[in-house]
Amino acid sequence: MKEALLFEILRRFAGISLVAIGGANAVIPEIHRQIVDHLHWMDDRTFVGLIGVAQTAPGPNVMIVSLIGWHMAGPAGLALATLGMILPSSVLAFGIGRLAHFHTDNAIWRRIKRVLAPLAVGLILASGAVMTRAADHSALPILMTAGMTLLTFRTELNPLVGILAAALIGLCAGRLGIALP
Amino acid sequence: MAEPGTDHKSRRLLFLTFLKIGVCGFGGVAPWARRVIVEERQWLCEQDYAELLGVCSALPGANTVNIAVILGDRYNGVLGSISAVAGLLLMPLLILVGIAALYERFAINVDVSNAVAGAAAATAGLVLGTGLKMIRNLNPDILALASCAAIFVLVGLFQASLALALVGLAAIALVARILMERRTRRGKEPS
Repeated sequence: MKEALLFEILRRFAGISLVAIGGANAVIPEIHRQIVDHLHWMDDRTFVGLIGVAQTAPGPNVMIVSLIGWHMAGPAGLALATLGMILPSSVLAFGIGRLAHFHTDNAIWRRIKRVLAPLAVGLILASGAVMTRAADHSALPILMTAGMTLLTFRTELNPLVGILAAALIGLCAGRLGIALP
Repeated sequence: MAEPGTDHKSRRLLFLTFLKIGVCGFGGVAPWARRVIVEERQWLCEQDYAELLGVCSALPGANTVNIAVILGDRYNGVLGSISAVAGLLLMPLLILVGIAALYERFAINVDVSNAVAGAAAATAGLVLGTGLKMIRNLNPDILALASCAAIFVLVGLFQASLALALVGLAAIALVARILMERRTRRGKEPS
């Protein structure tokens, strides 16, 4: 029974891996459709709760998938969910990387890379906008976001300093009766 | 099969570099990957990094995992890829399990949730600042700037599908880029 579940975890996420353009965040609706609506592995509340936990941890956005695996079947579930999610897409990236390496002089490939670069930057700014909307509901967090934007843009300061300071400000503000969330 | 390449880096170095990116990446690893690879280690210049990130954004999977796969392979073949990805994922997975185990107890703590909210506000700023810094360093022409702005508005403000916006805008920008190159070439010819 346990083996069947583990295999199903691997199979499901391996299937999602190759459509996850933009990473796991882009396929959360699809994961929800399969895990909650179709397989009934957990209810809606648990699913949303797991996403919240995954966003608290550092690391690339495959972590949400790892956590679902952990929730379903412990360490083995975590390992197989993570492997299923990253292996197919990584093999593809590996192949493209090799191809690119041998065709660096190809004019079309050079143009494609040149066209994709500013789009990647636009996507970083877009995720910044989405994060701002999720995090900032009052003046204080908006101020901290603006301050950190300026600090990152203008200085080479280690971002951890800014993040820790903001966490401390959030804690103190809470103690003074100004709740952030 | 591994391309030996002039710039070989040890598996240990690849592992440790991506370990750092993973550990620091609270609220997303993208700003940290750029900071460590471009600013600290200086493995790639801003333009090369943006191009690599562009290719990795268009591929399925997490960007930073794809970057780890491709750079790991470039510097040390298949084992380099595996070392980089293992380094990237190791600590976040351990921390994740720790947080999951403690979450029930900590989530209801007001101090913790206020501190997390403060950190989240700063992380959003870190991501925005990183994007702005890349624009400044890339020195984009009008076409690059327009495509950057377009995908920001579509995905960031109107929450359009990332894959559709990326494919559509890349196709439009590619045609525009070819037309622009053709025009400048013709402009240079003596009349």
